[in-house]
Amino acid sequence: MSGPLLQVRDLSVDYLIDKGAFRAVKNVSFDIGRSELFGLAGESGCGKSTIAYAITRLAKAPAWVAGGEILFDGQDLLKLTEVAMQKVRWSRIGMVFQSAMNSLNPLMRVEDQFHDVLRRHNGFTREQSRARAEAMFKLVGVPVNRLRDYPHQFSGGMRQRIVIAICLALEPALIIMDEPTTALDVVVQREILEQVIDLQRSLGFSVLFITHDLHLMSQLCNRIGVMLKGELVEVGDVKQVSQAPKHEYTRKLWASIPQLPARAREAV
Amino acid sequence: MRFGLQLLFRQKKAVAGFIIIATLALMAMFAPILAPNDPAARVGRSHQPPTVSHYFGTTKMGRDVYSQFVWGARPSLAVGFATGLAITAIGTVIGLIAGYFGGRIDGTLDLATNAVLVIPNIPLLILLASFAGTVGPLAIMTIIALTSWPWGARMTRAQTMALRNREFITAARMVGEPSWRIIFVEILPNLVPLIGINIVGSIIYAIVAQTTLEYLGFGDPLNVTWGTMLYNAQNSSAIIVGAWWDIGAPALGIALVGLGLALLNFTFDEIANPQLRSGPALSRWLRLTRLRKSELEAAR
Amino acid sequence: MNALPSSLSATVNAEPVITLDGIERSFGFVQALRGISLALRPGRALALVGESGCGKTTCARIIARMDHPTAGKLQFRGRDATHAGTGNEERTYRRAVQMVFQDPFASLNPVFTVHHHLARPLALHGHAKGKAALAKGVAELLAGVGLEPDLTAHKFPHELSGGQRQRVNIARALAVQPEVLVADEPTSMLDVSIRLGILELLARIKREKNLALLYITHDIATAAYVAEEIIVMFAGQMVEWGSTTAVIGDPRHIYTQLLLSAVPDPDRPFVPGDSARFLGHAEEVRRLSRPASSVVEEVGPDHFVRALGTPS
Repeated sequence: MSGPLLQVRDLSVDYLIDKGAFRAVKNVSFDIGRSELFGLAGESGCGKSTIAYAITRLAKAPAWVAGGEILFDGQDLLKLTEVAMQKVRWSRIGMVFQSAMNSLNPLMRVEDQFHDVLRRHNGFTREQSRARAEAMFKLVGVPVNRLRDYPHQFSGGMRQRIVIAICLALEPALIIMDEPTTALDVVVQREILEQVIDLQRSLGFSVLFITHDLHLMSQLCNRIGVMLKGELVEVGDVKQVSQAPKHEYTRKLWASIPQLPARAREAV
Repeated sequence: MRFGLQLLFRQKKAVAGFIIIATLALMAMFAPILAPNDPAARVGRSHQPPTVSHYFGTTKMGRDVYSQFVWGARPSLAVGFATGLAITAIGTVIGLIAGYFGGRIDGTLDLATNAVLVIPNIPLLILLASFAGTVGPLAIMTIIALTSWPWGARMTRAQTMALRNREFITAARMVGEPSWRIIFVEILPNLVPLIGINIVGSIIYAIVAQTTLEYLGFGDPLNVTWGTMLYNAQNSSAIIVGAWWDIGAPALGIALVGLGLALLNFTFDEIANPQLRSGPALSRWLRLTRLRKSELEAAR
Repeated sequence: MNALPSSLSATVNAEPVITLDGIERSFGFVQALRGISLALRPGRALALVGESGCGKTTCARIIARMDHPTAGKLQFRGRDATHAGTGNEERTYRRAVQMVFQDPFASLNPVFTVHHHLARPLALHGHAKGKAALAKGVAELLAGVGLEPDLTAHKFPHELSGGQRQRVNIARALAVQPEVLVADEPTSMLDVSIRLGILELLARIKREKNLALLYITHDIATAAYVAEEIIVMFAGQMVEWGSTTAVIGDPRHIYTQLLLSAVPDPDRPFVPGDSARFLGHAEEVRRLSRPASSVVEEVGPDHFVRALGTPS
């Protein structure tokens, strides 16, 4: 299969307010290739999360997709019926949210949550789900003997890993990660993202990584897009965007991030 | 403060509810003008159906049901509202104090709450009434108020405890606000939607409780209220005789009050929980979403 | 690229406002803090850095008197203040020590305007009386934290951005005119691009008002912008401490080195296949750093490292 995995074309999303609408995403277009890590950076409120929700058609009121196309493997997601979209969600496009660690059902054992998802999308039996869950736990580095634990028995970082594991269990082609490590410490953050990169290399999925931390994004991604107030102001290869940004805003964004003194960076 | 009346009146349900209650209240206030004659006077023949001269017909004793309805609204509404407010006030204060201070104070108040909760008010009222003979509106109000506050106190306490651990309360303490100010100025405004629900629920409850007592015969039969109207209608076997207007009028009054308050209640729910909010933007969104969905299905 | 704040100032040897000496805090069997000793001096900032669960927030709460230690001493202006005092003593302490919290939105009462949040402390502590004086006081506070009074004072919390809210929180703490400001992860919930603004604000008010600043964070990169001294904590212990230049420039403890290596560095992209190595390394470092140890080595002027303890 050739051609980009995801093609967003002239996407516009409005937030309906009492009198009229506020355009949160303005004519945004970008591609994500197969097995590519694409990052979408920008400050809070620039519309990056709105795009993520629009792609999976999970936008809640009052968000309204006003125009554009979202071509996934050539198929326009915006033209699918809800039933057809449900087949795409999770099994072909997975999503990891910001407080995903809180999106685990606190009343269900982790193993059961795997089964819940796998049964629904793949028709797995319990034994099959257990086997897949074990494999995923090994992949993300969570001890396998804890499959029957409840979510609250894990730390925040572990829970995030579990959510990623459940996401990967269905072997989607694209995973959207919306600020997946924002609530976590730097060391845990690096552990999780290093793992994501490894998994990406071995399983071959694409990633849409959304964050406000440009430094983090450039460690992880192949290509980066920068958003400002609903518009995509710059998009390109990570080296180009970081070392020779074309847009004024991108330059400002780079300059505004706290960094370790140069000497310290070399030492480690 | 943010919870202005404008927020309330943007919801159509609130406006409808408010109109209903306001109409009934105005009717009660202007009783001398709307029904100038003495409601206890015998003005017609027994159990006459509604006619032009007697809009709601007459009772067994020949009294004008319409006059009784208009005049009876006064004590029924007044006692109901006053009692409802009293219930809410007691429950809110107790809930706030118990929730904020915790520890022994909470323990003691919790014990009191449970004790009062266990007391069944209607049987208690009946008991008291059978000793006293009849129970006037003030006594009814006091007893209902003193036995019905636990439910509201529990709700308020839970919400207060949740708010107490919020950082803006900790910040207020750090800055040196005295406890009473934190409870009544910082926490209380955040409970307004809850208190609104409490008031409305308590008023409905109080009106029904009062009417029940009077219907059972424990009210003052010489006092014209909707409850005593029901009592008299029941005693004169109005339904069996076919005089539906005799029971219908007071029942309608109570039903309307309940409806109006319930509509207001929905609105407080919506203010408290923004996800329930309707409003022009949301209606538009729902309409557009439905439209798009049917288009996609058709195109398949 | 960025200059570390000068560690030589006129107040470098000033008397500390707050001193912690051997502070311990345990919750049942869990030892949250052990052997914590530090000094907060006027006009200087101390950064407390570590992962969540390392005890830094417990430490902050003890200093703010929202919690009490199970052992050790807390001194305020040279006098013992380990346990909550009575009336006047308590009031004096509260007036002197203020805190800024992590969540800018949760720290503000949603039903009141910015003006209310700032006028209350001014009125409570007698810094301004009457409508006119309060309005003026509020305006000065807002200007002092870089906000436009005319545009901000009448707004409600939900009408402000995250950065603006945090500035209001800082202004509120300053309204009390404290001597010590404890900032508990003040920028963790803000976008990286606006963190610098808040950090610069903290550094400026520290200098202008001669405050003793305790800056708590898990992001060691930000510590260098605000603090002359730094303490790295892990599992309730201070593992490395001293001047920021020394500790960050020449980290000696394996945990400090791990923290520094985890700071996002655009010049060091992740290499696939590396994760097992990093994860294993991180786990090893944590395992080795956890056991308690009382051996401290002075590795340079104003640079101390705790030796690794023996695993039990």
